[in-house]
Amino acid sequence: MATLHTDVLVIGGGSTGVGVARDAAMRGFSTVLVDRGDLATGTTGRFHGLLHSGGRYVVKDPKAAEECIHENVILRRIAADCIEDTGGLFVSTPIDTPEYADRFVEGCRAAGIPVEEIPVAEALRREPRMNPLISRAFTVPDASVDSWKTVWACARSAQAYGSRILPYHEVLDLTVEGGAVRGALVKDRRGGEDVRIDADFVVNASGAWAGRIAAMAGCDATVLPGKGIMIAMNHRLVNTVVNRCEMPADGDIIVPIRTVSVIGTTDQKVADPDDWQIARDEVQKMMDAGENLVPGFRRARALRVWGGVRPLFQDKAEGADTRDVTRAHTLLNHRQRDGVERFLTITGGKFCTFRLMAEDTVDALCAEVGVEHACRTADEPLPDSEPGRYYWLGSRVERREPTLHEDQLICECELVSRRRLEAAMLRRETVDLDDIRRTIRLGMGPCQGGFCIYRATGILHQVEKIPGEAANRSLLDFVQERWKGVQPILYGDQLRQARLDDWIFQGILDVAHLPGGWVGAA
Amino acid sequence: MDTMEWVRGSLDHCVKCTICETFCPVSNVTPLFPGPKYVGPQLERFRTDDGSPDASLDYCSGCGICTTVCPQGVKIAEINSQARAKMKAQRGIPLRDRIIARPSAMGKVGTPLAPIANFFLKNHAFRWLVERTLRVHRKAPMPLFAGRTFQSWARRHPPLTPATKAIVYFHGCSANHFEPRVAQMAVAVLEHNGYRVIVPRQDCCGLPLQSNGLFDDARRYVRKLARNLEPYARRGYDIVATSTSCGLMLKREAREILELEDDEDLRTVSAHMFDICEFLLSLHERGALRTDFRPLDMRVPYHAPCQQQGHGIGKPALELFGLIPGLEVVDSDVACCGVAGTYGLKTEKYDIAMEVGAPLFRQVTAVATEVAACDSETCRWQITRATGIPSVHPVELLYRAYGLS
Ligand SMILES: Cc1cc2nc3c(=O)[nH]c(=O)nc-3n(C[C@H](O)[C@H](O)[C@H](O)COP(=O)(O)OP(=O)(O)OC[C@H]3O[C@@H](n4cnc5c(N)ncnc54)[C@H](O)[C@@H]3O)c2cc1C
Ligand code: SF4
Ligand code: SF4
Repeated sequence: MATLHTDVLVIGGGSTGVGVARDAAMRGFSTVLVDRGDLATGTTGRFHGLLHSGGRYVVKDPKAAEECIHENVILRRIAADCIEDTGGLFVSTPIDTPEYADRFVEGCRAAGIPVEEIPVAEALRREPRMNPLISRAFTVPDASVDSWKTVWACARSAQAYGSRILPYHEVLDLTVEGGAVRGALVKDRRGGEDVRIDADFVVNASGAWAGRIAAMAGCDATVLPGKGIMIAMNHRLVNTVVNRCEMPADGDIIVPIRTVSVIGTTDQKVADPDDWQIARDEVQKMMDAGENLVPGFRRARALRVWGGVRPLFQDKAEGADTRDVTRAHTLLNHRQRDGVERFLTITGGKFCTFRLMAEDTVDALCAEVGVEHACRTADEPLPDSEPGRYYWLGSRVERREPTLHEDQLICECELVSRRRLEAAMLRRETVDLDDIRRTIRLGMGPCQGGFCIYRATGILHQVEKIPGEAANRSLLDFVQERWKGVQPILYGDQLRQARLDDWIFQGILDVAHLPGGWVGAA
Repeated sequence: MDTMEWVRGSLDHCVKCTICETFCPVSNVTPLFPGPKYVGPQLERFRTDDGSPDASLDYCSGCGICTTVCPQGVKIAEINSQARAKMKAQRGIPLRDRIIARPSAMGKVGTPLAPIANFFLKNHAFRWLVERTLRVHRKAPMPLFAGRTFQSWARRHPPLTPATKAIVYFHGCSANHFEPRVAQMAVAVLEHNGYRVIVPRQDCCGLPLQSNGLFDDARRYVRKLARNLEPYARRGYDIVATSTSCGLMLKREAREILELEDDEDLRTVSAHMFDICEFLLSLHERGALRTDFRPLDMRVPYHAPCQQQGHGIGKPALELFGLIPGLEVVDSDVACCGVAGTYGLKTEKYDIAMEVGAPLFRQVTAVATEVAACDSETCRWQITRATGIPSVHPVELLYRAYGLS
């Protein structure tokens, strides 16, 4: 069994985990980060895409609101390349309580969120598809943020500071000796081998799974998994984040992110963060909510639906509605709580507060081990964000324009060229097309891989020099994964697309009989 | 109107089948244009109000073929038009495009000065100068001024009496300033069929402005025109047009591309607009068209302009020609002559336009004994310029066969 030694072991490769790994590495600790899957495949990769201004929480959860605006300002500075500065609107729709708007404004002022009321006509000029019956409109500094890009940028930065990042490494057990956590037993899910990681300190950043990891050290951390679903619509129905000006509710926000606009979300307590379904009535609820914000929404093309589980910490596991739990984060020092040393759990919070969560965690870690190193993550930009320029939607088009004739287009919907695809394959050390998808948005557009994924499979075969069977399996896995997200929203345009794709896969390529085997039914 | 069905919303219907790309005449001849699927439904997802950085979009000629062939109802050409307008608004619109987009203004200046203006238009040195300064290709087809407008002819033309039926004629800029003969023949054909022809005051429909990305100016023109025509439409008069593209503008394009769906006048006018051949054929179908045609012994290549496909009326001229004894017509199977309004005039696009039209020119040259026929004026000029063979509007053949000359 291979053994690794490190100062700090971080469990969980979501935003929180990579944030901690980077922060700790920047403060001079040697760190190893493990995740049971690829980076950002937990909640972080399945979130709504909103860089909160905090506006959503000003009435209900002022503490969370303050954290959000604080971090909003910092992330705009250090992660500009991951953020599109869309701005946000809070609008009073016909079904909203009119009095809420004044409380909202008061709350924003108290939390320090820049808010400005604009005339309804102006709001409609900016967003012509929005419900014309809105009665008030406010601007706030919401934005949209790409979590994959952010997580990978953090990971690359952490690596530059000496971290080892180990995706597909699952923690099976923690080693506890003499009242302290000493490391973990980890399984390499790709190579199939077990790895022992000896660590002076362990940080549990496993989000909704944090309770399980804590339990491995005999500690208690009750995390209520709160499931939420989102639906991506085929194009940008709005170009600004549009929120209902109301107490947080289901489907009250549309986030324009990259080429799509995403409506979300719901909140439903689930028993197991790995075992839940997307129900038909949830989808319907999202479509109805969308209709209230953008009339005609139900007939627009829905691309894909997915869900994620919120890690909501509750000291005593009671109460049915997880939306009532604070969205501010929680840091558990298990020495104080459970008498187990050298072990911290960081959970709750939001994507947009990950840096702050990491800072608090590493501060506590420093205090535990008795060293003093100042946190620098609020000032040092992430890789590619150094110029401080926000990402903008047209950038792929702009980059493509001068190479129209030389560089073959592989994924037409998301404009992934051959060169870009090959570079991503070489950089990612993976033969999983779904990993590549998250890195460069391969196959994420309207046709959901129907026109690009077999092209990409051929290139994968060539670039990675893997056997045809292995390439075929990657193709089939990809197709099945896509199908899962499409199947619950099959109507109208997406149904037509699915029929055409199916005909290409089954009828032309006969994927069911490819060498390598069909892994399931599409 | 339902916002999801606006031009942009139609991109949702695209299933990436690529049919549009196989039909686009421009992307088939030049690598400078990446094709309708790419610039239309695909790139539109990457555009915000900040516009789009794809300068290659400007190579779309706006011929509309992609929209016609798309089996899913994506308004590709319309998406391109709107995107181009935004892009040009941001980057600035060249003086050339501002000038060639105003045929009625050109007409007002050129008509009284016709002999001098025409001298210059025919002068190689002058055309060379224009190419150098304005980037209008020296060989591109430019019509000559007639010197007398159709409007002035119409004002003096005695109305048909007695007449039981009346119809409104929308002649457009080109017939007014450059080809009043076409308009006069249209009047004669309609009168021969018992119609009193009403010619209201009218100015440009704004189409050239629209296709050059000057949307605000285009809206002003088309709104004014709709206001002038609406009182007739409201009283139930049909309106016929000899200009295929300007008729289409009033029928559909202005409402969709310029987003003027709310304009009541325009909606009323749209509902009463007919292409002249469409109208004459509908008369024939009701048994109301006079068929006292004399034989015309010639072989004529006929080219239905792309914009006519946008009307969704088939090729009515072909059926009308079928009524004329002796006339042998060869229908061109080429989609586009290349000129697409003002596209082929532009220096940087002239070669593309000529290449798009090349198969058509070959066919015309091989078939024509005397003339070629085509409904749209700019296409006729392009065909004539490229082949040296005179091209006529289908009403001219009807006019001749009726013996009205
Ligand atoms: C529906 C929804 C919408 C949201 N929208 C927003 C939003 O718009 N803006 C915002 O700021 N926040 C949003 N959030 C909240 C935000 O997504 C989460 O708070 C944040 O992503 C949590 O990150 P994390 O790193 O703590 O957890 P995760 O991303 O879940 O990371 C935990 C990781 O631990 C790994 N792990 C679990 N068990 C093991 C094991 N045994 N061994 C190794 N690894 C393990 C998992 O694979 C996972 O990758 C949303 C949440 C939900 C559910
Ligand atoms: S309008 Fe004509 S030139 Fe433009 S994309 Fe469509 S087919 Fe091609
Ligand atoms: S023809 Fe229509 S559906 Fe097919 S690719 Fe073109 S726009 Fe899309």
